[in-house]
Amino acid sequence: MAVALGASVTGASFGAISVGSGLPWWMPVLMSVVIFAGGSQFMAVGIVAAGGSPAAAVLAGLVLNARHLPFGLAVGHVLGNGWLARVVGSHLMIDESTAFAMSQRDPARARAAYWACGVSLFVTWNVGVLIGALAGQALGDPMTFGLDAAFPAAMLALTLPALKDAATRNAALTGAVIALATTPFLPAGMPVLLALAGLVAFRTTTKKEEPCPSPQS
Amino acid sequence: MPVTAVLILGAGTFLIRFAGPLLRNRFTLPDKVRDVISASATVLLLALVAVSALTNGKQFGGWALAAGVLVGGLAAWRKLPFVAVIVLAAATTAGLRFLGVS
Repeated sequence: MAVALGASVTGASFGAISVGSGLPWWMPVLMSVVIFAGGSQFMAVGIVAAGGSPAAAVLAGLVLNARHLPFGLAVGHVLGNGWLARVVGSHLMIDESTAFAMSQRDPARARAAYWACGVSLFVTWNVGVLIGALAGQALGDPMTFGLDAAFPAAMLALTLPALKDAATRNAALTGAVIALATTPFLPAGMPVLLALAGLVAFRTTTKKEEPCPSPQS
Repeated sequence: MPVTAVLILGAGTFLIRFAGPLLRNRFTLPDKVRDVISASATVLLLALVAVSALTNGKQFGGWALAAGVLVGGLAAWRKLPFVAVIVLAAATTAGLRFLGVS
């Protein structure tokens, strides 16, 4: 399953880069089990690694994960009816499991697709993070290995598909300019949050159907 | 990264996820709001990419770092595998630093 393999590679990158930024090996592992949302994990580690406050990291991560609310409204009915199924199923709600469920018309098949995708990605993502974190310990000083470049490159790769949409691209570029312009004057972490002001440039021009809600996991 | 921050982010993320299945019969989200939520994720990610690719947290972060991220970005744009994006970015930056470019 190509998606699951991709998740373990991304997870291994997250583990290695996190350890390279100075975190103990178990920290990316704990994050992946407890948070299980790759984009916000990269985001939180990146903000803290750049000297930002944990509060800014948490806030940015929560705004990033706000997109799971519409996911849940769209696929909430496929999780199952019991409380246990709803609780566990909610934790497995990621871009991929949501997309797989929405691609199935038949409710039973949608439910099977959601759980199969969610469970297999939870396992492969966390195994990948563990392997990456342990391997990252052997790497040493991240600056000499260029791991500080690997981190933004990884996030850029996660972001790129969403930038195809012109309105999103305009907002994101405006936000990036705001973040860069304010970086010399503000404590680390704040410029990234301030980038949300770039959303004033977000104008959906025509009513087009977006087939894919968002590409980040 | 304190453990408390991880637990708060984890709990908050869970509540956001859990709210959907819980509220879906009583509540619909306007398309416009859904689009803005989706766009804000991309805005945050690209802003962090820009800041961590071009600065050290205060000022310009050096040509080696910027070039490495650029090479990684090009690799991603050319649809190279994720691991190739990361290795190319890190190798470019490390190589330039080895050659004395900061």
